[in-house]
Amino acid sequence: MSATTTALPARTAAPGLFERLLAWAGDVWVMTRRNLIHIRREPMQLSDVTIQPVLFTLLFIYVFGSAMVLAGGGSYKAFALAGLLVMNLTTSSVGTAIGLSTDLTTGVINRLRTLPMSPTSILVGRTISDLLAATMCSAIVAATGLAIGWRPTTNIAEVLAGFGVALLFSFALSWMNACLGMMVSGAESAQGIVFIVIFPLAFVSNVFVPTQGMPSWLATIANWNPVSAVASACRVLFGNPNPSGAIQAWPMQHPVAAALIWSLGLLAVAVPLAGRLYVRRTRD
Amino acid sequence: MNQQMMIEAAALSKRYGETQALDKVDLEVPAGSILGVLGPNGAGKTTGVRILTTLTAPDGGRAWVAGHDVVTEAPAVRRKIGVTGQDATLDEMLTGRQNLVTVGQLSRLRRSQARSRAAELLGLFELDDAADRVVKGYSGGMRRRLDLAASLVMRPPVLFLDEPTTGLDPTSRQRMWGVIRGLVDEGVTLWLTTQYLDEADALADSIAVIDHGRVIAKGTPRELKSATGSQLLEITLTAPHAGAAPAVAAFALGAVDVSDDGRRLRAVVRHEPGLATTLLHALDAAGALVDDIAIHQPSLDDVFATLTGADTAAESKAIVEGVLA
Repeated sequence: MSATTTALPARTAAPGLFERLLAWAGDVWVMTRRNLIHIRREPMQLSDVTIQPVLFTLLFIYVFGSAMVLAGGGSYKAFALAGLLVMNLTTSSVGTAIGLSTDLTTGVINRLRTLPMSPTSILVGRTISDLLAATMCSAIVAATGLAIGWRPTTNIAEVLAGFGVALLFSFALSWMNACLGMMVSGAESAQGIVFIVIFPLAFVSNVFVPTQGMPSWLATIANWNPVSAVASACRVLFGNPNPSGAIQAWPMQHPVAAALIWSLGLLAVAVPLAGRLYVRRTRD
Repeated sequence: MNQQMMIEAAALSKRYGETQALDKVDLEVPAGSILGVLGPNGAGKTTGVRILTTLTAPDGGRAWVAGHDVVTEAPAVRRKIGVTGQDATLDEMLTGRQNLVTVGQLSRLRRSQARSRAAELLGLFELDDAADRVVKGYSGGMRRRLDLAASLVMRPPVLFLDEPTTGLDPTSRQRMWGVIRGLVDEGVTLWLTTQYLDEADALADSIAVIDHGRVIAKGTPRELKSATGSQLLEITLTAPHAGAAPAVAAFALGAVDVSDDGRRLRAVVRHEPGLATTLLHALDAAGALVDDIAIHQPSLDDVFATLTGADTAAESKAIVEGVLA
């Protein structure tokens, strides 16, 4: 055996802020890469960001779209794509809750917690790897849309800004899901609880249908739902039909600003809360 | 040897709801020695390890590892320790090598250093062939070895092994013992929890017996065994012999139990040097021919019975009944 008492020359914990930040970024990268290896090993884990977006996009556009006449004109295909993008990102954010919950209930967390690593990198690495998965999901939705005739009518910068707004929201939702995942006991209950939150969030919105046809109380909820703001923001930035633009609710009048405010607000609440929940969860 | 204490616990206490998991535990481990912490399931062994390895905060008392307070200086403690838990702490979806490299990198080694240290450890633990396979497919023994390897990535001077051989087959167990002895030869200070008296006996310099969160005995393996004097004697005669039972009775702490066919005798006896020889002489003098003689070492149960003050007669009866049941 070669386990001697002389420690290996570890990168010393330097006092400088920059060095500490660098060490933290290193930990985050190691955790992110570890999560990506998991995904590579079990590609079915990725089905909600690969197969599901293709299926949902095709199903909704051809099944719903066949019977849908948009108020104010425009094709359902052109209307629905941004909605499907946001819906797919919203439902796949559940992965953060499940992944984190699994890590916290297996022995892996005990190993990680006895290492001189930065504890926050466990949370940040998780949300970053999920952001990468969400980016892939967005690309797949866009490719599916392009293949069946969806076309943005603005310039490339605005289209990319649209995906940026959607991904920022997806990142914020990941942090919210991280909180939910740590509030429950295991991966199964994480899945259950999150669906109770995520499905109404995704469906009571303007994602699939304009909200004008909903009962007024439901339309009010839908118009103020962050998912609606993000979907409208994407429609505006893609230059696709956006019937919600005619609605006299602030988020529908200013969808890009509303989407950014919702996302940043959610992050401002969920990030510190996740940190606190992590401490509480790992106290004993 | 440097008599500096590498691990120190002072009045360490921890309560979970109604259960007092640790109750004012005082223990210390000198540098370079092995403390065997012996106790049944639920005695508080794992709670002790969790506190000393910064995973759980104590309710009362203090503890130091390598001179650092486990509560107020947790990051410093983490740089000095290796931990192998009862449940494997491996990432099932990563290969053995990826597990070790990840641990190295999270311990702030450079990637190249982490890779070469991983390769070195995989070789030492005879895991080269399985190094690039996913851990999910590893056997129990391989997992334990990889888990221990993961604890050694940074060559920590203090190592905590929580029941490292529970559930292992005898061969894997022997192998693990060999590894542990090697570590101590290198000067590592070791806190070893176990349910097995023979394991503590084989490896530890000193033993602490804990039960219901309290340290009920401390000492060297020899001291503890002599505190538990009684052993179970079993004799098989070639043919029944009337003189055999009286001959054995002279050594017995209670009654001598004779089987229906008159050939098998059982009794609880006190440990003394040359016991088997003396017994055989006595049986020979009585004219009885002996086929087989066995003296069983005190089991952990016996140690507990003695240490918690169960009276000898009841204990003898219980042991004999236990064997006959």
